[in-house]
Amino acid sequence: MSIDLKTASIEPIRRTFDHIAARLGPGKSPTRYQEGVWGLQPALNFHYRPTWDPARLLYDPERSAIRMADYDDLVDPRQYYYGTWTIQRGKQQDSQEKNFEFVDKRGLVDSLDEAWQRRLARLVVPLRHVAWAANNNNCYIAAYGYGAPLTSACSMHMMDHLAVAQYVSRLGLLLAGNETTCLDAAKAEWMEDPMWQPLRALVERTMVTRDWCELFVVQNLLVDGTVHPLVFDRFDKLLVAHGGAAFSMLSEFMVDWFAESSRWVDAVIERVAAESPGNAELCTAWVSQWLPRVQEALLPLAGYAFAGEASAMLDGIVDDVRARAAKCGLAA
Amino acid sequence: MAKKKLGLKERYAALTRGLDWETTYEPMDEVFPYDRYEGIKIVDWDAWADPFRLTMDAYWKYQSEKERKLYAILDAFQQNNGQLNISDARYLSAVKIWLQGITPLEYVAHRGFAHAGRAFRGAGARVACQMQSIDELRHAQTQLHAFSHYNKYFNGMHNFAHMRDRAWYLSIPKSFFEDAYSAGPFEFVTSISFAFEYVLTNLLFMPFVSGAAYNGDMATTTFGFSAQSDESRHMTLGLEVVKFMLEQHEDNVPIVQAWLDKWFWRGYRLLGLVGTMMDYMLPKKVMCWKEAWEIYWEENGIALFHDLGRYGIRLPKHHEVAGKEKHRLTHEMWTTLYQFGNALGLHTWIPNDEELDWFSEKYGELFDTMYKPRLLYLRELEEKGERYFNNRLPMVCQVCQIPVFFTEPDDPQTQCVRIVEHSGTKHHCCSDGCKDIFEREPEKYVQALIPPQQVYRGEAGGATNIFEYAAWLHLERDVDTGEYRGSPDHQHWLEWQRRHKAASPDEAA
Repeated sequence: MSIDLKTASIEPIRRTFDHIAARLGPGKSPTRYQEGVWGLQPALNFHYRPTWDPARLLYDPERSAIRMADYDDLVDPRQYYYGTWTIQRGKQQDSQEKNFEFVDKRGLVDSLDEAWQRRLARLVVPLRHVAWAANNNNCYIAAYGYGAPLTSACSMHMMDHLAVAQYVSRLGLLLAGNETTCLDAAKAEWMEDPMWQPLRALVERTMVTRDWCELFVVQNLLVDGTVHPLVFDRFDKLLVAHGGAAFSMLSEFMVDWFAESSRWVDAVIERVAAESPGNAELCTAWVSQWLPRVQEALLPLAGYAFAGEASAMLDGIVDDVRARAAKCGLAA
Repeated sequence: MAKKKLGLKERYAALTRGLDWETTYEPMDEVFPYDRYEGIKIVDWDAWADPFRLTMDAYWKYQSEKERKLYAILDAFQQNNGQLNISDARYLSAVKIWLQGITPLEYVAHRGFAHAGRAFRGAGARVACQMQSIDELRHAQTQLHAFSHYNKYFNGMHNFAHMRDRAWYLSIPKSFFEDAYSAGPFEFVTSISFAFEYVLTNLLFMPFVSGAAYNGDMATTTFGFSAQSDESRHMTLGLEVVKFMLEQHEDNVPIVQAWLDKWFWRGYRLLGLVGTMMDYMLPKKVMCWKEAWEIYWEENGIALFHDLGRYGIRLPKHHEVAGKEKHRLTHEMWTTLYQFGNALGLHTWIPNDEELDWFSEKYGELFDTMYKPRLLYLRELEEKGERYFNNRLPMVCQVCQIPVFFTEPDDPQTQCVRIVEHSGTKHHCCSDGCKDIFEREPEKYVQALIPPQQVYRGEAGGATNIFEYAAWLHLERDVDTGEYRGSPDHQHWLEWQRRHKAASPDEAA
């Protein structure tokens, strides 16, 4: 039995805004996600050329080589608008904070022997710079990409990456008893240690990549798609086997977030590729040009952590990325 | 291991500033190609003082709490037909102006701050802009979600996305924000964060949000108050970026001064629309434009500029003209909107007697001698069944895009027109302020798309008169446009009030 509540009933004269209704078709009510992103980017009659890119329009699809008939098709399967995104992240942050407190209170980091602490510091803490570059790259797409579904999701991804960089930094602080010594050492390694240089060179290359869709594929599918499994899955398992379960607690956000955001990354690439053979070819070419470079850049890190097993392990990770690309309709 | 306690500043520096590095495999000028061409000299980015030391953990904590509350209230508002609690359906014209003119700008601000958030070489400045970028997205979306409910019951809102890129009067806010977004990152942040959000923010926020609160609009009031703490962060960023530029190099001072001159005037002109909304569209008045200008500019704004005097900054050019115009700005603007009502996605009307008395009290003799007789004459026409419409689109200013209807600063009886010539073409400006802006960057302003001229060129769907033009904007005649009295919005309102309340304030008036 249900309880029958009466409220004043007034017939609405329409369900939603015209541009939303046109996409949904008759008789359908939109979600808040749809009302919050579709048609939000100005479409025409721009008044001035951007002084920072005078050859193009203020909003210009030609900042990427891919073409979509309708960029509002690049929707997020998570249906994140600001409200749902920030509420979800707020919950994750709550639980992540408790993990930090727990690890700190129980001194769990100290229970890891020094050699493993050193490995953790050396392999994981410099990743804060990688996450920072990912933040900048998604900021680039939010600034110069096309269509509100894309730019809004990229700006959430940008902030997510900043959070990853900051969680990793907090790990570094924890490892050094709240001194910045570990962070400083990680930065010095990032700048000078031969183990990190191939990756830094690659990351800097992404930061001068101007085609936003290429950058999306390289950063969000290839770089994140390899770095995260390598560190927060494979290396995590190794650490756990050596008494480092605390690391799993400190990287819980990264693991959950990677799985969740990969759904969106794949959906965008899949939709771009499904649009036309030309788009699919472009994406395929980006994967085939960049993925070997990413693999090469990660080899020293994998070698440091996994020695003789590194090469095979990295092959496995790269195969997983190729499988994702293939599922997105790329011939990579 | 002994634990050290990290101070907030130190922790923020470790978690944010320390993430950045000087690139060596790619030149810094390639990684950051956009932060030098404006001529702003930054000697030491480390001297940037972070205006709010917010890390993502705290950001998510605060923002998620705010969003939970906000959406709970929006849900309740919708469930309980909150639209019936507003003071009067005329109030909806203010909501329409906001949705058509302001909400789209929040998205542009999201893009512009992403641009600045990627462009600056300093990590602290980049992160501050990134946070503002996503905040602006928040504002666009929470406004859409709040207004979505009104759109289900009232006209003039359903086609806002179509009109945003086409309508002549929405070119005023559109050209303003595109002017900022097409500028370099330093000018962008100066224009939006400082001139608009720091100096003029109260003149935008107060009329809309307090206006909503006075007029029973719970949806708008709630998102307005919820956005307030974001806005205070944004204001702090505006002040910081201006001080930072001024402190970094003396060569920056004249550049910043020129931007302040420009964006003060551009912001003031845009606020003319807001002031008119405040004076004429709010059935329950908060304060009048003249009072708001006196408090928020003549007291607070001028004091702020005096503080900047130690950097060599003077008051923005033409600010005294704004002081002269404060007695007449909204009256001149309202009669303009009133007469072009056939091409507006909102309703206009002649104020009732009680409102005319309020204007007399607030604006005194000038209102009684110049504007009241005009309003009474227009009312007389309306009562005779000859509601006045001007069915030719107006000539608009090449810079601010407002119709050239303002009067000379020292003579409210003479129309003010300034003509500038560039490459053999004459362009019209509404004021010396706009003329100066044009002359400083003629190459930019000759590009402006002037909607009435588009119509004459046949670029508005081939429209040959105002009704065809309105149809091209997807405006339904006398439903979305025209006079309020007798409109479907008015009739629905009366009907709903009859059903759900004893009497409507509209009928009582």
